[in-house]
Amino acid sequence: MKEQGMSVIVRTVTRFVYALILIFGFYVIMHGHLTPGGGFQGGAVVASAFALLLVAFGSAGIKGRLNWHWLQTLEEIGAIAFLGLGFLGIGTAFFYNMMANSGGFLFGKSIEVLGSNPGVLNAGGTVPLMNWAVGLKVMTGIACIVIVMLVGAKKEETE
Amino acid sequence: MRKVLLFTAFLFVSAFLLMGVTEMRPFGEPAASAMDDYFIENTQTEVAVNNIVTAVVFDYRGFDTLGEATVLFAAVVCILGLFRKLKEDER
Amino acid sequence: MNIGNLPFIAAALLVVLGIYTFLFKRNLIKLVIGISLIEVGVNLLLVSVGYRMDGIAPINTMAPIGKQMVLPTPQALTLTSIVIGLATTALLLSFCVFIYRHYGTLDVRKIKELRG
Repeated sequence: MKEQGMSVIVRTVTRFVYALILIFGFYVIMHGHLTPGGGFQGGAVVASAFALLLVAFGSAGIKGRLNWHWLQTLEEIGAIAFLGLGFLGIGTAFFYNMMANSGGFLFGKSIEVLGSNPGVLNAGGTVPLMNWAVGLKVMTGIACIVIVMLVGAKKEETE
Repeated sequence: MRKVLLFTAFLFVSAFLLMGVTEMRPFGEPAASAMDDYFIENTQTEVAVNNIVTAVVFDYRGFDTLGEATVLFAAVVCILGLFRKLKEDER
Repeated sequence: MNIGNLPFIAAALLVVLGIYTFLFKRNLIKLVIGISLIEVGVNLLLVSVGYRMDGIAPINTMAPIGKQMVLPTPQALTLTSIVIGLATTALLLSFCVFIYRHYGTLDVRKIKELRG
């Protein structure tokens, strides 16, 4: 992989397309309980946007600007949040969904129209929150792997 | 000689796999679907989501997702630990 | 001898091709590709087991009325399997980088320090 990245056309298109892929990835994560998708799929889409950035600009364009220690801290926060959401309903069982159908403010509505309906965003209980935790974990984990393998494999080659 | 033995073993394994697959149930008639029929009917009243696959992954079978998140976390930590630079030089 | 279940035969063919690549090639990267092919074949078999004839996706948002839904449980298991395959492949490839750095070659027959 070259140090300078790819040609001018690729760099210009990447600057424009990167934001669109990011928006699409966050849309897939957020609407995971209504349409096909969810935490894992949306996290993979956002990580592929990051890999596009890394390929188009090379390791010289990324070096001073992105610290992978921050990304690892975010991944640990995602893992602890997922485990903590499992402990919320420990009165009945582990991973019990006690926020669904409860009438509360955060994701507590019930579905009135059974069968085929346009979809209610505010419903679901702990399922949308778990989508966000797993999506954060997957996207920062894959971004971390890609950065460390690129920087670590290149530096020893030139010694 | 070793190559001929290896090739014969590979032919046996592949014949076993292909013949086993053609003797399965016909495509389009699943065998036991009592649990999945319960999921399809009762997801909208119990879990209140529309996507049945997400409800199965995160609510009915959340423990498997916990194991998978642990595997992903362990893989990331192992790769980050392999590529670090030691402070005391090994050269 | 049922020739109607063609998706199962395709998945088994993928696994057979993966086993062939894993046994008969000498480059380390090609071994990793063979392992990845076996995982792909297993995922395809797992998804195509839970199909009902003329079924729709198991999602209730704007679903067409009057049709059956396919089984959702094998799809959930395939999600887990894909993510575990990703983690395994990433770890295998970083081991390949280290072996190349230490031995200078990626030929399997020349990496023999574990013997005796």
